[in-house]
Amino acid sequence: MSPLQFCLLVSALLFAIGFAGAVTRRHAILALVGIELMLNAANLNLIAFWRFGPHPELLTGFIFVLFSMALAAAEAAVGLALVIAIYRHKKTSNLDEVKELKG
Amino acid sequence: MTLCLVITAIVTLLAAVCAMSLRNLVHCALTLAVSFSGIAAIYLQLDAEFVGFTEILVYVGAVAILVVMAILLTRSGETTQPSVLTSGRLDLIGKFAGIGVTAAIFTTLGWAILSSSVLAKPGAVAPQVTVKDIGEVLMTRYVLPLEIVGLVLTAAMIGAVIIAYKEEAKSRSQVLPGAQTKTATSNQPAVVPPAENILKKAGVA
Repeated sequence: MSPLQFCLLVSALLFAIGFAGAVTRRHAILALVGIELMLNAANLNLIAFWRFGPHPELLTGFIFVLFSMALAAAEAAVGLALVIAIYRHKKTSNLDEVKELKG
Repeated sequence: MTLCLVITAIVTLLAAVCAMSLRNLVHCALTLAVSFSGIAAIYLQLDAEFVGFTEILVYVGAVAILVVMAILLTRSGETTQPSVLTSGRLDLIGKFAGIGVTAAIFTTLGWAILSSSVLAKPGAVAPQVTVKDIGEVLMTRYVLPLEIVGLVLTAAMIGAVIIAYKEEAKSRSQVLPGAQTKTATSNQPAVVPPAENILKKAGVA
């Protein structure tokens, strides 16, 4: 197994763990944590392909990861603010109890 | 593939499993920080030092702390989640379905990674990336994305403040007796634009 394959496998496992958490846990904060783990897995993929790709001197994957981290931080801030706002409004952070928009 | 990389990866994955499966949410947040540190260590071993330190600053320093603050503000660290055994049957079916879909995704990804011949080639030599190179690239070729990311971060910050602030301003005005009678007679809560409300509270307007 080459180092690239090892990194991709670790990243796939991290994505699977994050996905399982985001799907199975009821708590809104834990769902957000699962999404963060999935984003980190994608970043790890980008870094691995940058490092073991044919042209690492162009810094493409590297810069992409920097931008993706900034967007992930923005997403986390807004998501957690929404969780706090919903908690103030409904006194719960369980995703199953927030279903006003369900048809 | 060195032994160090393998150990770091195992620690990262174990911490991620703990972060997703522990019952106490504060423990989840702490193991999440361990997992992010492990990912940063993997970045360091992949010769991406700048990204590794950015990961520590952004994720361990900011996002993990943000998660802890959200847990404390929603008071969800005290209450324990219902355990798998006491929850209903539909609940269990949903959990097993989620884990099944996850296993399918991982099997597909792993099969694709291990069976590809392109990925099995040895990698290129380690690139020498200095912070000067990153700054030059960011200021020349990627200057437009950089500005847009700045705009997005500003919008996200303002949005997060307004979302988390609005309800508090409304509930405080309802606590006042005068405001309560007013809303009771008009049968409609006083509509105040949130931004204006914040400015008033801060003493600007």
